[in-house]
Amino acid sequence: MLKFENVSKRYQETGEVLRDVSFHLRRGELAFLTGHSGAGKSTLLKLIAVMERCNKGQIFLDGENLSHAREKHIPYLRRKMGFIYQDYKLLQDRTVFDNVALPLVIAGYGHQEVARKVRAVLDKVGLTGKEKKFPRALSGGEQQRVGIARAVVNKPPMIIADEPTGNLDPDLSAEIMRLFESYQQMGVTVLIASHDISLISRMNHRLLKLDHGQLVVS
Amino acid sequence: MNKKPSNRRQTREVDAPKYHKPTKADVRPNRAAGGGFADKLNAYRDLHAHALFSSLGRLVAEPFSSLMTIAVLAITISLASGFYLLLVNCQQLTNHLEASTQISLFLKEEVSDIRAAKLLETIKNNPKVQQATLISKDRGLEEFKTYSGFGAAVSSLKSNPLPIVIEVLPKNSLTNKDELEILQHEFQQNEGVELAQLDMQWLERLQSIMALAGCATALLNTMLIAAVLFITANTIRLELHSRREEVIIAKLVGATHAFIRRPFLYTGAWIGFISGVAAWFIVTVMMLVLRVPVESLSKLYGGNFHLLFFSFAQTLQLIAIATTLGVIGAWAVLMYQLQRTKPE
Ligand SMILES: Nc1ncnc2c1ncn2[C@@H]1O[C@H](COP(=O)(O)OP(=O)(O)OP(=O)(O)O)[C@@H](O)[C@H]1O
Ligand SMILES: [Mg+2]
Repeated sequence: MLKFENVSKRYQETGEVLRDVSFHLRRGELAFLTGHSGAGKSTLLKLIAVMERCNKGQIFLDGENLSHAREKHIPYLRRKMGFIYQDYKLLQDRTVFDNVALPLVIAGYGHQEVARKVRAVLDKVGLTGKEKKFPRALSGGEQQRVGIARAVVNKPPMIIADEPTGNLDPDLSAEIMRLFESYQQMGVTVLIASHDISLISRMNHRLLKLDHGQLVVS
Repeated sequence: MNKKPSNRRQTREVDAPKYHKPTKADVRPNRAAGGGFADKLNAYRDLHAHALFSSLGRLVAEPFSSLMTIAVLAITISLASGFYLLLVNCQQLTNHLEASTQISLFLKEEVSDIRAAKLLETIKNNPKVQQATLISKDRGLEEFKTYSGFGAAVSSLKSNPLPIVIEVLPKNSLTNKDELEILQHEFQQNEGVELAQLDMQWLERLQSIMALAGCATALLNTMLIAAVLFITANTIRLELHSRREEVIIAKLVGATHAFIRRPFLYTGAWIGFISGVAAWFIVTVMMLVLRVPVESLSKLYGGNFHLLFFSFAQTLQLIAIATTLGVIGAWAVLMYQLQRTKPE
């Protein structure tokens, strides 16, 4: 599903952030990406979202070579992955419903289908009845679940999360992780960047560990 | 360090075949995302309708800044269209004057009144002539006395020095200078005619002044159109800046540039449209104010000149051009700016 082949990324200002990273995530796998702060976790995820391009090596998503993706092709690639951010990246002036509906509207679904799918996914993440609320009226955990709902509403084959539990208490974090596991159970490939070691070690999944830009455990 | 046995993964894929289709379909730009063709079409129409009304809603939500932009645009557009209308009115005026161009035939000294009357008849029968009037020596002298201010001096003359004059008004269709000159030449050939005078010089001057005015208006309007483009472009740029977060999030969840552009293009269209309508009102009110003095001036000169307002077609044109300029201004800045709004 996701394959890195000898990927390197360097920034002008900071030099080489990722060095010769190779790994292969199979369809339906759940893996954690860990490492110290500044190890390059977020950078690696940005490469998958084509927010940044790698300098060396190749990245394949579902057989598609991301390193060669043309600019106008990128939106369609991004629809194949659901991204979840530590700071949620929700539109504050839109309701929960509109936030979650955004990927569907972009993909061109009619509004009946949008409404049906949004309700279904809000049920799934436990936000039934909150669709008319605005994000700032929700707790951190609830906002994170809105972010997750938005990421999965279009049923992407891959979910990518950057520190999804960074701001949450341990109970909520465990709950969010269980949500990811349930998606994995449905055959979705999940990659989660996190340095919540205790949580990761309890969960018995594949671990990718970055140290100063190099993959030390895979 | 894959801790899961691979057969587990396999079962999972079989367990949940409904979650997603493991095809590349979603990546192809033109493939339907869901539902049938009619569904897609409806969704597309909904998108446009939503963009149309949400962009208007946004303008209304910030009445002060919208009003400022629209006021500046409306004034600029009213200047451009006002100059144009002024030009059209002046052209109408010169057309009137051209139509009243006369050829004066000064007859030879020895031509008698009877011969002059015969000549008048032949001229009247000329198909290129609309009207011809004979001014006898006596009448010519009368007129000279009344209008010249030399009445007393003229009275003291023993004999009448004035020739018989025939004033010829060519057909209205003869507005072309060349045609008029041909007619003048024709009259000059007549042996009773001393001089056939076509007073074209002032007309030529007027025409070149009008040509200059037309050229100046075109130049000025080009500048004003450029100003309209820059003003809308800047407005959209500010709008884009204040909605940067939204643009980035939309990009991250897979929005194409076309999708992101749409509401901004509608904003440009609304700004242009409203400014166009406002400019129409400004110019029309100005013309109403001008109408009374212009028509009383026209009456003084015995003319029946009426101010031209925007016709229905011109009104539509004005609003359509303003709307198009709004869209073009928005488009230009979006082409430039969207490439640079990267998720980061
Ligand atoms: N846009 C950028 N330009 C220059 N350098 C960057 C940029 N983004 C990240 N870096 C550098 O790359 C390195 C890795 O950053 P990254 O955000 O990937 O770390 P991280 O593993 O996600 O850390 P954290 O756990 O704190 O989020 C850092 O040293 C950072 O300074
Ligand atoms: Mg990070």
